[in-house]
Amino acid sequence: MTEYFNEMFDGGKVRQPYNGLDGWMREMPSELRAMKQAEAEALFRRIGITFAVYGEGGDPDRLIPFDMFPRVFTQPEWRKLERGIKQRARALNAFLLDVYGRGEIVRAGRIPARLVYQNDAYERAVSGFIPPRGIYSHIVGVDLVRTGPDQFYVLEDNCRTPSGVSYMLENREIMMRMFPQLFRENRIEPVDGYSDALRRTLASVAPTKCEGEPTVAILTPGHFNSAYYEHSFLADLMGVELVEGPDLFCEGGFCWMRTTEGPKKLDVIYRRIDDAFLDPLCFRPDSMLGIPGLMDVYRSGGVSICSAPGAGVADDKAIYTFVPEMVRFYLGEEPLLENVPTWQCAKKDDCKYVLENLSELVVKEVHGSGGYGMLVGPKSTKEQIENFRHKIEDNPENYIAQPTLALSTTPTFVEEGVAPRHVDLRPYCLVGEKVELVPGGLTRVALTEGSLVVNSSQGGGVKDTWVLAE
Amino acid sequence: MLSRTAENLFWVARYMERAETMARLLEVGARIALTPSTGHGYRSEWESLLQASGTADGFSEKYGDPVQRNIESYLFFDRDNPSSVVSCIERARENARIVRTAITGQVWDTLNTAFQEIRQIERQPRSEWEITELCEWVARQSALLRGAMDGTMLRNDGFFFMNLGYALERADNTARLIDVKYFVLLPSVEMVGSGLDNYQWQVLLRALQSYRAFHWAYGGELTASKIMHFLILNPASPRSLISATRKAMHHLDNLESFYEVEPGTGLPQMRAKAIMTELNQTQVAEIIDEGLHEFLTRFIGEVGQLTALVQQTYLSGDAR
Repeated sequence: MTEYFNEMFDGGKVRQPYNGLDGWMREMPSELRAMKQAEAEALFRRIGITFAVYGEGGDPDRLIPFDMFPRVFTQPEWRKLERGIKQRARALNAFLLDVYGRGEIVRAGRIPARLVYQNDAYERAVSGFIPPRGIYSHIVGVDLVRTGPDQFYVLEDNCRTPSGVSYMLENREIMMRMFPQLFRENRIEPVDGYSDALRRTLASVAPTKCEGEPTVAILTPGHFNSAYYEHSFLADLMGVELVEGPDLFCEGGFCWMRTTEGPKKLDVIYRRIDDAFLDPLCFRPDSMLGIPGLMDVYRSGGVSICSAPGAGVADDKAIYTFVPEMVRFYLGEEPLLENVPTWQCAKKDDCKYVLENLSELVVKEVHGSGGYGMLVGPKSTKEQIENFRHKIEDNPENYIAQPTLALSTTPTFVEEGVAPRHVDLRPYCLVGEKVELVPGGLTRVALTEGSLVVNSSQGGGVKDTWVLAE
Repeated sequence: MLSRTAENLFWVARYMERAETMARLLEVGARIALTPSTGHGYRSEWESLLQASGTADGFSEKYGDPVQRNIESYLFFDRDNPSSVVSCIERARENARIVRTAITGQVWDTLNTAFQEIRQIERQPRSEWEITELCEWVARQSALLRGAMDGTMLRNDGFFFMNLGYALERADNTARLIDVKYFVLLPSVEMVGSGLDNYQWQVLLRALQSYRAFHWAYGGELTASKIMHFLILNPASPRSLISATRKAMHHLDNLESFYEVEPGTGLPQMRAKAIMTELNQTQVAEIIDEGLHEFLTRFIGEVGQLTALVQQTYLSGDAR
């Protein structure tokens, strides 16, 4: 039986960060709890914070379950995480600048050339081009799990367009509205500086040809996208336009928005669409999506794209293993955050070990995401394991494996009262003129008892995440 | 403002106005069905309703003969009918969702609530709903939206585009309503002024919710020329062609001044002004001479061209 670290209770004792919540939890009558839960749900629906899932039938405006029990970090805990995350974000950007330039890390033999240059996410189209300030990934989402009081692991990095930050902000708004006394009694660091910081970050990487205050816009795939709410929410908070491909066109070395007053020059694009749909002339000639000529304008310094095309090569699951090596190589520092030990099925010895220990490991596809296409050994039937064994044997390069981590738990409201449920954490690190991190992040919680999968597509929920001030 | 945002706002208003027109048509149909026939069967009335809503072809393809219950379903609930009340309200709400941040919370609430309620209505058995109740519900939603816009929106380009949408849709809808009534029921000028004619016109007034307003404005007997004046040329009548045109012109002026363009120089304004000038100088007798149908066809065409100019000037974003 695995021991899981409970972030609130150490044996019978309440751990210090949660002192302010113990009384609140015990004194809340169950009727009040039900009322508050209904109130929270009504607020989410009213504001329109829904996760649109089209094409699956049922309600197209689905809510991600919100758990009212906050997850808490102390200031020292957070400072340690913050340093580690910023270090990682810097190293990932240094790596991207390098592999689209001279490729020193490959020449030095620290990372196999094949993993970089033959990676699907490697964009030849931007090789040799240096984006403003040499930054490729402007918003880095680092997914973390905790296994003990001082033990954190990085599960994966998201260098393209990590989503979910609107939940971090809205969860806080709703908690403050419903439980103001909690915020009077506990000194909780605010997270609402995020949108200003994001706007500053984006403005700080304006292209070379931009004069004066840069015009920023968010590029969305459109209102059928499941994250459309987040796109429109961020645009609104920053006071910038939310554009779709057809709203833009390129001419005379610049990118323009179609407005009611004629064309308006656009300087910085925070894109929430994949590389492949940016420019049909460059990436997907068969695609009707995208803005023809955008990549030419980008490479000639007429517009900035955040994150830069090609940033995805840094957050690939096969590259992940080498991030600690990047920290040492580019920054000359020891990594402050640990990777989860990972076996590459592409390597013969690793693959052998994985196949022998399938029932204890978590196996993932190299390019998979969203909790799909993975095997959680200890929670799987013999048949599922055997199925997966064949898949790995057929195409070992496509898989990595990690030990099943004992994810920490935090108290969570459930049908019968309060019970421990497993959680992870995604903070959002901004990289521009400065490297910044708001004190907080998105805590995802696996609501099903015993489940270790926190993805919203697999029945996960979200929580407000507190960092206590000193 | 992004051209697409302006376009979405423009269409929120158009769809809501269209939903209301559709509901009012249905209400009139239901009312006629309760009145004893005066020589005409009900059947042709329902047919004229379908004609008025521009959905006759779609309906006969799907249902064949016009039966009241089917017509009610088709005009109110049917998603295959792009002009049904449900289709219009859903599209109004979806257009609003796309530009959620360009409208106020209250405007969004109104549209979102209408959308949620209509889903509830759909889940209930049809027998529990009276068509008149449904139609009143639609008129109420439409009024709520106008109230929310008026009470909470900044007087900026977004507000003007929404109102422009309302005005152009109304001009078009009113003209079509008058045209169909006339075309279907009064094939010859000699019939103008007959008792039957007046009854049909009265129905039209009810469809435009103007029956009482008409009496306050004119008094005395209903005559075709009074009604034509009221629905086409009277600036006091809220749904007359002249009122709708004036409203469109007003909001085009607002846009020009908001964008600090020299007044009266935009192509849409010039067109709107030309329509307005003509209406100002027209007498009812002249319309009868030209032929009401011909006059209305010309008017609908002009409103269409005006809309195209708005599209080209503001909503395509190509340049001004």
